[in-house]
Amino acid sequence: MAERRGEILAWRVLVGVAWLTLWQALVSLKILDPFFVSRPTDIARRVNDWVVGGTIWRHLATTLEESLLGLVIGSAMGISLGFALGRSPVAARVFDPYIKMLNAVPRVVLAPLFLLWFGLGIWSKVALAVTLVFFVMFFNTYQGVRDADRVVVDNVRMLGATERQLVRHVLIPSALTWIFSSLQTSLGFAMVGAVVGEYLGSTRGLGYVISQAEGTFDTTGVFAGMTVLGVVVVIVSAGVTRLERWLLRWKV
Amino acid sequence: MTSIEFDRVSRDFTTPDGRPYRALDDISFTVSAGSFVAIVGPSGCGKSTLLNMAAGLLTPSCGSVRVDAVVLTGLNRRATYMFQQDALLPWKTVRDNVALGLTLSGVARRDAHARAAVWLGRVGLAAFGDHYPAQLSGGMRKRAAMAQNWIIDRGLLLMDEPFSALDVHTRLLMETELLTLWEAPAASGVARPSQGRERGAESPALHAPRSRKTVVFVTHDLEEAIALADEVIVLSAGPSAHVVARHQVTLERPRDLMELRTSPAFIDLYRALWVVLREEVARSQRTAEPTRG
Repeated sequence: MAERRGEILAWRVLVGVAWLTLWQALVSLKILDPFFVSRPTDIARRVNDWVVGGTIWRHLATTLEESLLGLVIGSAMGISLGFALGRSPVAARVFDPYIKMLNAVPRVVLAPLFLLWFGLGIWSKVALAVTLVFFVMFFNTYQGVRDADRVVVDNVRMLGATERQLVRHVLIPSALTWIFSSLQTSLGFAMVGAVVGEYLGSTRGLGYVISQAEGTFDTTGVFAGMTVLGVVVVIVSAGVTRLERWLLRWKV
Repeated sequence: MTSIEFDRVSRDFTTPDGRPYRALDDISFTVSAGSFVAIVGPSGCGKSTLLNMAAGLLTPSCGSVRVDAVVLTGLNRRATYMFQQDALLPWKTVRDNVALGLTLSGVARRDAHARAAVWLGRVGLAAFGDHYPAQLSGGMRKRAAMAQNWIIDRGLLLMDEPFSALDVHTRLLMETELLTLWEAPAASGVARPSQGRERGAESPALHAPRSRKTVVFVTHDLEEAIALADEVIVLSAGPSAHVVARHQVTLERPRDLMELRTSPAFIDLYRALWVVLREEVARSQRTAEPTRG
């Protein structure tokens, strides 16, 4: 693995450089119109202006705050309900059609409602992120609890565990592997929720920056906003990967 | 030191297509306190079902299971259960796994770890306390499972083909280790393992039966059954499996498993029982019922 890591990094950089070069070249050769697709050098300059000028930070902070709140609240709700229904097959069957129905609602439809209910501030965006994170966490926790190894459960019961000890020593750790494998997805969804919420109505945040740029046909601004968002996601998810590796270190 | 009695026990299941299926039919036998009984039968005859009922993980459809003359309801709190599959908690270290039975009953972590260390040493895993189960070999995981079961020192040990997944040589070592633990007097948890290997002088009958655990050992391997047990019970092929033979194994203890299998007494016993078991194995091949472990 170790010697391949350098190789993979080299390929990664190569892919990125090739893509940007192609883009830049197509625009320079007038095959593509920069009005529609901007050009990498312009986008880099814009991102640089934002970072150096300091205008981007408060937007970024807002988006991250909303995403994080959405992730935490959505996870807490999803994990609790996943546990409750995972332990109670009857309740699971009762709620099954409702959960499926709610999960099928396109979130964009909810955004105006949330604006109405929670106002223009961060909470309407948090709510949108929650609706996305909740279902990922719920389904994974539910599956994790149902999927707990029957033999391990029986073994721990025979060793004298009470119901509560069973939950603590077996069901939670068992569900954690599922929860963690879905954390990357949830994190992405939380950011999507926050940005879409901002896009549809707000006064700050990356979604707001992008929508302002679109309003003035400033494609460079749109791509610059997307670039910032992408870089942030990559950095945060690297952190999640490390946390995951530590928490699941028993999985050799 | 716990006796267990099956009194006209039957167990029914429902097949996936909704038909009733009688796995075990009218089983009665008693395992007296301190004895080692092996149950053999063709695969799918319901041996594990029988053991699960002894553990209280399953309830009989008719009849009853009695533990020390009291009808069993709920889980059998006088038994530990060693499973065929890996049953260690993968997210706990070997030390925490071995100590689990103690910590669950409220023993302080420090004490539990100290006692786990003794058991880890006894099963030859002293250097592996900080490993996770996935880092161990199959045989080592079985040793850990054995320590996990023995540390809580209950009177009845239920074992469901515990060594069937191991290779032949590892298996022989594990069987030897099991007998060493079982034959060692004083189940208080401080006996040295070497004591079980002492030969001669003391007759095993003098000290052993008072302190030994009762063992019900399920296997499909007749050799293993004879080598380990005081009595072998043969179950018929399913459905409606029942007891077809019971045979006392009079081989002396302590037994040397390395030599035992070639001794004439062992071979005679094997022949006598194989005649019975062979019939059932053949029958189980003919009935194409869904198998149940």
